[in-house]
Amino acid sequence: MQLSVKHLLGIRDLTPQDIQVILDTAIQFKEVLQRPVKKVPSLREITILNLFFENSTRTRISFELAEKRLSADTINFTTSASSVAKGETLLDTVNNVLSMKVDMVVIRHSASGAPHFLAQHIPAAIVNAGDGINEHPTQGLLDAFSIREKLGALEGKKVAIIGDIMHSRVALSNIYLLKKMGAEVTVAGPPTLIPKYMQEAFDVRVEYDLRRALEWCDVANVLRIQLERQNQVLFSSLREYNLAYGISKKLLDSLSKEIVIMHPGPINRGVELDSDAADSGQSIILQQVENGVAVRMAVLYLLSGAGGLSN
Amino acid sequence: MKTVLNEQQLAITIKRLSRQLLENHMGLRDTVIIGIQPRGVYLSDHVVEELKTLVPPENIQYGKLDITFYRDDIRKGILLPNHTVIPFSIENKNVVIIDDVLHTGRTVRAALDALLDFGRPSRVELFTLIDRRFSRELPIQPDYVGKCIDSILSQRVKVCWKPRDGAQEVLLLEADGA
Repeated sequence: MQLSVKHLLGIRDLTPQDIQVILDTAIQFKEVLQRPVKKVPSLREITILNLFFENSTRTRISFELAEKRLSADTINFTTSASSVAKGETLLDTVNNVLSMKVDMVVIRHSASGAPHFLAQHIPAAIVNAGDGINEHPTQGLLDAFSIREKLGALEGKKVAIIGDIMHSRVALSNIYLLKKMGAEVTVAGPPTLIPKYMQEAFDVRVEYDLRRALEWCDVANVLRIQLERQNQVLFSSLREYNLAYGISKKLLDSLSKEIVIMHPGPINRGVELDSDAADSGQSIILQQVENGVAVRMAVLYLLSGAGGLSN
Repeated sequence: MKTVLNEQQLAITIKRLSRQLLENHMGLRDTVIIGIQPRGVYLSDHVVEELKTLVPPENIQYGKLDITFYRDDIRKGILLPNHTVIPFSIENKNVVIIDDVLHTGRTVRAALDALLDFGRPSRVELFTLIDRRFSRELPIQPDYVGKCIDSILSQRVKVCWKPRDGAQEVLLLEADGA
């Protein structure tokens, strides 16, 4: 049983069945992570290159842990300590590493489409760990896994994605995935942070009023305000954003039902999410991080037959 | 197609093997039962049902082990895993591994590897319904055998269970499925 794709470039390319297979496989890996020995020998003969052209704590550690739990050999690459600083191109960098027999590449890059470009030119299996403002497929998968674990299913569930939709690859991966799996999606935030034609393009509801979005949903996935990607003033101040779109425990308590709070991290405490809400019993933020390892193990395991191993 | 065990023979064999197991593990005090996913579990479910009529059910510790991540043929293709449930410690216990057909021995090899990730049992035994004795590729022998059969590699042994296959019997199929 294999996936319909050879690379994980985005949720956009996956079929609902692929998503189901990945999430079901992740359940078994989550069990592996509860064992006294949290490691299986499945990818013993696989070497994985972690290519991070952009800062990351959670995703890089999560991928590396997933690779080690699968017994793969790993190579870590960060731009600051490499020949990229000397002007080497992306393709040259990767080809040089691949000639040393690497089977899979996990890549994060600030340019949207960088993993797709690599997939066209090199024989290894590519896993997208976030490309620009396009997609972050493993985050989408682990969010879905966490929702399914908490609520039992994805189909028919109402998910509100709140905040900086414009600059968020997490939002896009979540929207693709949730729509494919039959969930309902609302995007909410200030008009300046929500692209035009969202409703037409993705069949999602658009809401500019935070309280109405929260009253509607079962799950609120709160996104980080990505200051590093904003080169123009899209709202007047962080304080004003917090007043209009920040989620506090007081606001959650005033809703007619108890909703689940998610956040892909890193949290800007006091901006999109107040500490009392982030640390409340309704938040599953730390479970998301825990599930991330199991979901990434599933992705790497399922794709491992597609690249260097197949011959 | 040849019938190796019919429904009645299968039932008697399970009863016999369960009693044989109790002979060596009185009261199942320090012994745990582990069925191998997916097919061994049909057999181990029946064995555990039988054991419940012979010893106090609270003495029976029963788990299920999936060996997909420990296979040595991952290069031939990725298989989807099943549930592993071992809700007890196997440290210093006698472990009885149950699988329906012992063929090349590779599944049992993987199961031993998987088992050791849960702790260090004091002893491991192998319980199997059908032993295809001339097709072993690894030095592995069963401790409890329902029936030994002589078969060639191209033949296939099919163990049928009622809820899944309609009938309850063991068949020996030729390469062409006949």
